[in-house]
Amino acid sequence: MAYMHIGKDFVPPDVIGKVTGRIKYAEDYTREGMVYARLLTSPIPHARVLEIDASEALAMDGVFGILTADEVYPDGEPQSTGLKILTNEPTLVGEPILALAAVDEKTAESAIAAINVTFERLPFVLDPLDSLQDGGPNAFVGGNTFGQQGFTEAKWSSDQVASFRAGNAPAEDAPTTGPIPTFAYGDLEAGFTAAEDGYIYEGSFTTAGYPHHSMEPRSAMAYWEDGKLYLHGTSQSLTALANDMAGIIGVAKEDLVFINAATGGGFGQRARAGSIPSMAIPAKLSQKLNRPVMMRITREEEFTIGGARQGFQGWIKVGFRPDGVMSACDIFVVSDNGGKGGGADAFSAADCISILYQTEAVRFRGASVATNTAHRGAQRGPGQNQIAPIISPIMDVAADALGMSRLDIRVVNSAQTGDVGGPQRQPLTSAYMPEALRQAADAFEWEGRQTRRRQRNGSKVTGLGIGQGYHNAGRSGQDGIVMMGADGRLKIHNGVGNLGTYSYASTSRAAAEALKMPWESCDIITGRTDYHLPITSPQDGSNSIFTNTRTCYGAAMDMLAKMKEIAAADLGGEPADYDVSDERVHQIADSGVGMTYAEVAQRAMELGGRYTGEAELPEELHEWTQIAVSRLAGSAFMGVYHDPAHSNNPPGFTVTCTEIELDLETGKYEILDMVSIGECGTVMHPQGLKNQLVGGVVWGIGLSALERHLYDPQNGLPASTGYWQSKVPTYLDTPVSIETGWVDLPDPENPVGARGIGEPTQGSVSAALTAAISDALDGHIFGAAPITTDMIINHIAGTQEDAVALAQNNFRG
Amino acid sequence: MQPVNPQLTRRRFIKGVIASGAVAGTTSLWYAANGQSRPAGAVERMIRLNVNGQDRTVDVAPQETLASTLRYKLGLTGTKLGCNRGECGACTVLVDDVPTYACSVLTHSFKDGRIETVEGLEAPDGTLHPVQQGFVDALGPQCGYCTPGQVMAAVGLLRANPNPTREEARMGLAGNICRCGSYDSYLDGVMRAAEIG
Repeated sequence: MAYMHIGKDFVPPDVIGKVTGRIKYAEDYTREGMVYARLLTSPIPHARVLEIDASEALAMDGVFGILTADEVYPDGEPQSTGLKILTNEPTLVGEPILALAAVDEKTAESAIAAINVTFERLPFVLDPLDSLQDGGPNAFVGGNTFGQQGFTEAKWSSDQVASFRAGNAPAEDAPTTGPIPTFAYGDLEAGFTAAEDGYIYEGSFTTAGYPHHSMEPRSAMAYWEDGKLYLHGTSQSLTALANDMAGIIGVAKEDLVFINAATGGGFGQRARAGSIPSMAIPAKLSQKLNRPVMMRITREEEFTIGGARQGFQGWIKVGFRPDGVMSACDIFVVSDNGGKGGGADAFSAADCISILYQTEAVRFRGASVATNTAHRGAQRGPGQNQIAPIISPIMDVAADALGMSRLDIRVVNSAQTGDVGGPQRQPLTSAYMPEALRQAADAFEWEGRQTRRRQRNGSKVTGLGIGQGYHNAGRSGQDGIVMMGADGRLKIHNGVGNLGTYSYASTSRAAAEALKMPWESCDIITGRTDYHLPITSPQDGSNSIFTNTRTCYGAAMDMLAKMKEIAAADLGGEPADYDVSDERVHQIADSGVGMTYAEVAQRAMELGGRYTGEAELPEELHEWTQIAVSRLAGSAFMGVYHDPAHSNNPPGFTVTCTEIELDLETGKYEILDMVSIGECGTVMHPQGLKNQLVGGVVWGIGLSALERHLYDPQNGLPASTGYWQSKVPTYLDTPVSIETGWVDLPDPENPVGARGIGEPTQGSVSAALTAAISDALDGHIFGAAPITTDMIINHIAGTQEDAVALAQNNFRG
Repeated sequence: MQPVNPQLTRRRFIKGVIASGAVAGTTSLWYAANGQSRPAGAVERMIRLNVNGQDRTVDVAPQETLASTLRYKLGLTGTKLGCNRGECGACTVLVDDVPTYACSVLTHSFKDGRIETVEGLEAPDGTLHPVQQGFVDALGPQCGYCTPGQVMAAVGLLRANPNPTREEARMGLAGNICRCGSYDSYLDGVMRAAEIG
């Protein structure tokens, strides 16, 4: 289909501000009379606050006051996991106990040093298996896991833990626990029986937890004025986060103005208010002190409360029939939920295997266990991306065993339109994985390169890898608003956050497309909630492109229908007799008979009622959107839309091919070449898609090679709080150039054919890299991510340490 | 391959490290370095700085970092603080054309220096600097928080080496982290800037 805007590059409005430094992040704001907050945080991993003596601090010059958990939660802290604003029961080092405001930060720091906090030390644990073992310490006072029954204690026998730690299959009756459901579908036994003449792999694996480390620390500034709270904060999601943040702070939704023009990275941990409740601290301090309060967050604090990926210790058994079909997968994961509870990564990992490889029978079991380590939560492909580098080398050894090519075994097992996946056997909206595999293989010249496979060059050996990534990539049930004044410009109200994907802008182009509106005649209204923005889904899970093209397009189509109604009423005929072009609504039979957009908007405002949002609104509009619409009503011509829920799963897929040269003497490897292909429906914004693909490459390198938590086992202190200790990939860890591409076939359940893509590339890149490492080492499977140089050297030296988690995360200290 | 920046000598680097160690050792010292305190002493406080071509007289505490002065005294918030300890490069500015981590040097060290920040690159008529335009053309930024530092590192590189290879550009910007992983697009932007510069 020929589009005006879809699939074409454009300059997103905020880019100029980013290259000139003019765009403002939360900490860039200032306010007359602003004071500064600092945090007193827990120095120990698990404790109970018995007493706080702040008398000396409060008597100091320049100190305005403190805020404690008792004030934040006068009825007692919620008995749940998850970050709290402040707490008297810290379960990780660095958790905020109280905040103090002073004339400047130096004074605040000095005052905090004068506060005496009496802690009761409580047992702590860093390795979920240590906690799982009968008699082992619990991360929380009430247990080591949290679910519908509240805090509970999950324990295995010492023998069960020792066996699992040694890499053996968990017992059939191994207790499963945690906030995530186990699942099974298909006939697992029959699947493994069918694989007896094919190939069966069984082994243990570990993946590391590591921090999000967004570039912008989660600083926030707040002040109250005329009963309204103005909060300058940081988030991935604008209205979705503000909607919930109002509840956390305790302010009416209509009285919260959340200002967030730009966010310095999110990666999952700024999508929802519950993962960034610290923004409530300056809001509440400001309310208490009646002054603007700025709370700057340091890099160390960002590490502590900024979130981290869950680590896995798992066991997997995979069966392949002789024709290469993955007939069965049995997987058990003990996931590290950290000190504040965490996500459902392990469930998503199993779900990913089911969808990505169309596995005929899957059983997923697991235990989600808390440790007194950093707050865990969604991080780019939570679960899907941990399992991708584990499963890919298994696909390769199966292919070799079955005499298949490594490309073919993936094609045989790939998802296509009409397929289902996951525990609910949910249909995919569309899927073109075979096309993505072939496109990547062609671009990479996969077949031609096979002659270089395992070729030696001095101490170096060549490895080739191919990997796949998946993430669910779309939601529904959200709202859209577009407005048009007498100037005829289209104002697209967009509640999507601005974390750097430019999806706030690219989804808005679906509205321009529907009205055939030149982009120069469009304005995106976003950045602060008092611009009256519709509710949208939290901007996580790669959903924004699918979700918000539906809402933007829907709102524009509502405006289009109203335009035709007005034109028909004024100019004769039926609405169906009209079309739009060149910013005019006109008769199809005679394009000379029509009205300009400016004229029709003017007429709409004269008519009022349903044309200006004052009547006949969609009944299902979210409360947040209703507030926005009520404030816009009567001011201009309005298109408004509630997107009904859809039931199928829109997938985002990627395929990556890579060639590495691994030095057998040092264990280091260099990425010589890399191609990543996206399969995400119709491409909305090629440059934005390319950025998501190359960004995923960098994240994939971090996952498979570099990033990990380290904790001091004696005191539970984090040792990787900065960019140096928790190494993120730099320019020099990344290929000099990366080739990207996309399949670009439309999805039928999106009005412009688009699906999301943000997360899967990290998975496919890490999968390709671990496959390439395995290839270079004659098919050795580490069963780990990251695979560090010392692990590679140990393997080459014959020191079998690769299955020991010590080398990669906090599990063994 | 040409040196990344011939003006960045070993001696100068070591001096910078010593200065950074003096101010960035701990979190609490960061706040001391913000210049919010008023310690006693006879150190000159009102100093003249040349920032973006203009002489500015500023009240600077002895232990104040250049990043703090720029952001909180001069309102030049384009210079970002990502780590405040010399790890990420978000605060990169140019001092006498040399890319410098503003979080890790003392303002008093640069009384005679020519300081440039991202705000000083645009022409008076609003024309973007070639690096800025190159980054726009290539859609280099994602979240944008590291972008001012990337821009300044690239400007410093191109002044020293106006026509770098992609590999040289990669080396020249290697001190700047982008957590979004937009390195490939930033390098596209640098190469574009070299073309249009």
